[in-house]
Amino acid sequence: MPGVPKRRLDLWLRPGKKGRQRQMSRFNFWELAKNALSAHENWGRQWRAPEPKGEYDVVIIGAGGHGLATAYYLAKEHGVTNVAVLEKGWLGGGNTGRNTTIVRSNYLWEESEGLYDHAMDLWQNLSQELNYNVMYSARGVMMLAHTIHDVQVFKRHVYANRLAGVQNEWLTAEEAKEYCPPLNISKNMRYPVLGAALQRKAGVARHDAVAWGYARGADKYGVDIIQNCAVTGIRRGADGAVEGVETSRGFIRAKKIGVVAAGHTTTVMDMAGVRMPLESYPLQALVSEPVKPCFPCVVMSNTIHAYMSQSDKGELVIGAGTDQYISYSQTGGLQIPAHTIEAICELFPMFRRMRMLRNWGGTVDVTPDRSPIIGKTPVPGLFVNCGWGTGGFKATPGSGHVFAHTLAKGEPHPINAPFTLDRYRTGRLIDEAAAAAVAH
Amino acid sequence: MLIHCPACGPRSHHEFTYGGDATIVRPAPDDTDIARWQAFVYDRENPRGDHQELWHHVFGCRHWLKVTRNVTTHDISAVELLGPHAKDANAGEAGR
Ligand SMILES: Cc1cc2nc3c(=O)[nH]c(=O)nc-3n(C[C@H](O)[C@H](O)[C@H](O)COP(=O)(O)OP(=O)(O)OC[C@H]3O[C@@H](n4cnc5c(N)ncnc54)[C@H](O)[C@@H]3O)c2cc1C
Ligand SMILES: [Zn+2]
Repeated sequence: MPGVPKRRLDLWLRPGKKGRQRQMSRFNFWELAKNALSAHENWGRQWRAPEPKGEYDVVIIGAGGHGLATAYYLAKEHGVTNVAVLEKGWLGGGNTGRNTTIVRSNYLWEESEGLYDHAMDLWQNLSQELNYNVMYSARGVMMLAHTIHDVQVFKRHVYANRLAGVQNEWLTAEEAKEYCPPLNISKNMRYPVLGAALQRKAGVARHDAVAWGYARGADKYGVDIIQNCAVTGIRRGADGAVEGVETSRGFIRAKKIGVVAAGHTTTVMDMAGVRMPLESYPLQALVSEPVKPCFPCVVMSNTIHAYMSQSDKGELVIGAGTDQYISYSQTGGLQIPAHTIEAICELFPMFRRMRMLRNWGGTVDVTPDRSPIIGKTPVPGLFVNCGWGTGGFKATPGSGHVFAHTLAKGEPHPINAPFTLDRYRTGRLIDEAAAAAVAH
Repeated sequence: MLIHCPACGPRSHHEFTYGGDATIVRPAPDDTDIARWQAFVYDRENPRGDHQELWHHVFGCRHWLKVTRNVTTHDISAVELLGPHAKDANAGEAGR
């Protein structure tokens, strides 16, 4: 509308209701059109920045995807809204904002199939659920086999998955190339492609949007998301139960505490005197300059330590392996991505002249059996959701959903019941090490 | 990252294989306490600070070393040779 000053137009569209109402607004076509009239300069903030209250029913430590999803489902499904999510940095700034966003559920054991497929079900309409576009894209994840051992392992996965009703299928090398034309299936590679396991409804989602969508959703229900608030201690009463948390912004009383701190879980659990079977390793990723759409799916290769997809911006998103030593530095050795790039160049010769733009690392919490720990701890009132290691992004909705149940009821949901801390004593491990040696 | 091997001098960590947490103590073979065995097999120090860890100089002298490394800054404050020659070597070299 030429002639109408932008500010005036905005006032006319939203008389006297800055901030509050906008915060509560739903994203839809009408909102989009209205905001287009003011050049998209007046979308309000999507969640509050509240001061911490003195006491909460539940305090969640860590505002990554898992912590925020937990808060969202606590409020939505269990009516527990007096909840704070405490974050030492900015929300989604941990592994959630650093991962390569692969979503799949073709794990080996029944326990894992239950957990990851629960998440897979929730991904299907998460954007509608949250009224926030998480850009879930079921473009298929293909896992390459390069040795006889790989072929046997992947076929075993395919059969196990099918018995459990989880999608997964075996492709020959030629079928794999048909699904992903840039793939090199020539016989004279160092590790030729012998076939692949494909999960068609697997794919990618936008990591930041998942954190933001859950943050916005939880905030709407009244959950306080408190950033720049590091937890420095866990206070326990004479009976051993938790009383609250010491933070960089003072003491906050809490009836229950959920630790969802990924790579920093050991440090936080030490505050309550609980030793953990975890080690924190650097895991790296990198992206190329953006190019036109040329890569249709996600391809992973555990054997030669490389996996790749193309983002909607056009960048090739490439994941590397972990360093061999523990570290909290959020950086890894240069030889790790260099090794990955060599593998990518061999698998996809057409990318040999691509330039890489950025490389970064996260700190991943790895368990001995490469499966997460979700449940109670020996300390009354203290609950933990950790050990997602190199591959927990895909599980974000399911993890939050079952952990919210665990916190609300004080007992695990049937889906996370096997994922106890106690399994390292009883020996009932859920050994996904073969499935997820480097991979996601 | 450079590791100062008491036998070979400063070498890139690429010459070494990482051996993990060096503080783990194996329970006595006749120990029947399951909690101690569980801790030995699974629990790890994983501190956000100084970490005592094992490194094997596979592309060098093939000695095992006990290294104290800050796992946030990667600064190495002590290196000690392990095994049969440890006593002689550690007497001569202060590590670092
Ligand atoms: C490079 C890379 C690639 C990956 N690729 C994939 C992939 O393709 N697919 C997949 O499924 N998974 C992948 N992962 C793993 C995935 O990112 C994680 O498993 C998942 O994001 C963990 O989410 P989270 O919410 O538990 O942790 P985070 O997002 O790390 O959140 C934990 C939060 O806790 C906060 N915190 C820690 N200590 C404290 C404290 N004392 N006080 C307050 N707050 C604290 C941290 O600041 C952080 O924000 C990858 C990880 C990395 C690093
Ligand atoms: Zn040496």
